[in-house]
Amino acid sequence: NFTFNVNCMPRMIVQAEGADESCVTYVMHDEDHTLGNSLRYMIMKNPEVEFCGYSITHPSESKINFRIQTKGGLPAIEPFRRGLTELNDLCQHVLNTFEVIIMKFIHIFCV
Amino acid sequence: MAVPRSRVDEIRNCITLTEYGVRNVHTTDFPGNYPGYDDTWSQKRFEKNFRINIINMDDSTVEFDMIGIDCAIANAFRRILLAEVPTMAVEKVFIYNNTSIVQDEILAHRLGLIPIKADPRLFEYRNSGDEEGTEIDTIQLQLKVKCTRNPKATKESSDPRELYVNHMVYSKHIKWIPIGNQADHFGEAVIGPVHEDILIAQLRPGQELDIVMHCVKGIGKDHAKFSPVATASYRLLPEITFLEPIEGELAEKLKKCFSPGVIAIDVLEGKKLARVANARLDTCTREVLRNEELKHKVKIGRVRDHFIFSVESTGILPAAVLVSEAIKVMMSKCQRFLNELDLAQME
Repeated sequence: NFTFNVNCMPRMIVQAEGADESCVTYVMHDEDHTLGNSLRYMIMKNPEVEFCGYSITHPSESKINFRIQTKGGLPAIEPFRRGLTELNDLCQHVLNTFEVIIMKFIHIFCV
Repeated sequence: MAVPRSRVDEIRNCITLTEYGVRNVHTTDFPGNYPGYDDTWSQKRFEKNFRINIINMDDSTVEFDMIGIDCAIANAFRRILLAEVPTMAVEKVFIYNNTSIVQDEILAHRLGLIPIKADPRLFEYRNSGDEEGTEIDTIQLQLKVKCTRNPKATKESSDPRELYVNHMVYSKHIKWIPIGNQADHFGEAVIGPVHEDILIAQLRPGQELDIVMHCVKGIGKDHAKFSPVATASYRLLPEITFLEPIEGELAEKLKKCFSPGVIAIDVLEGKKLARVANARLDTCTREVLRNEELKHKVKIGRVRDHFIFSVESTGILPAAVLVSEAIKVMMSKCQRFLNELDLAQME
């Protein structure tokens, strides 16, 4: 039985928030290196971010701890949201480029 | 002490193979790491540098270069191809009769691994706990074969192919039983195994199989049978640079250090001169670094952002479609978390 597509389950909760909202660990459920490493790369590309890293809590748990620390008291949710948006836009461009090039290839070689 | 810019560029752009190790493996182009470089993410700069070239493509395989992207993201696409692009596969096997030598559980496992040609994009995931299944989430297949003696066989024959009928059960014996309006909905696109010649079991006269299977939508993370690819991998483009011209006998030695076709030798005015003909063919062997004469004359490495992807489909969907689907899966991951952030903020 598969329960990978659990939409009812909370996929993300904020952990260890405390008083400082510029240092936050997000728990992302049902995710692994696939999103973790890509998102870490995108967020580390943001100059307002002091630290960004993730870890897989345990091999038998399918969730990651995703930590962001920002400079100058900026709320960590901002680079988090920006990272996700930028990663999405990046993928959109890759998809567009790939589909255009596939259409061209089919046009040249398969007509 | 200031490091020359050329050296910094080398660290940033090239993974270097040395005699005893591999240097500059990790991505380091983050803001604050290199003075004088603007490493802030810029979609515009990315779009300017990003390129894809198709090397070759047919329905089952696609080989392409993806240039100007970080390995974190290239690796995400590879991982999604292996484990998160959905397909349809046999999940439930109802064995009404199995008198063959293959045990029920082995048979069920074998059936699960047969690629089923059905577009997973037209189906939904089955809810956990749902045992019945409906036309939107289930494909029903039947395998009903009985082995008998061949009455036309000659008396002295000892060849099973002549003696028996239906003694080899192949995937082509699996028949699709449409549920609800599936027959109208899919029409010409008949659902069934991708390959018709997969041997499932061998029977002897009197033995039979009577099996009904339910195929559901799933992903490779749950079970490898749902993986849509035979292989999906990438390698980095090899790069070979000569620090000084390599001539004469040394050129011949150099050529022998690499795979055929990597190094070519030109003869100029009776003098042999080595040249890199096709670095792509290189397997990144470090043989050249074992040669005392050559190791200081050659630099070998790999281009950090040039990925040579190779994707081989199991035949359920064309390989190029799988790559598109993988990118879409990645986008839906981002979208899902963005939605969740919006929801959390509204509360």
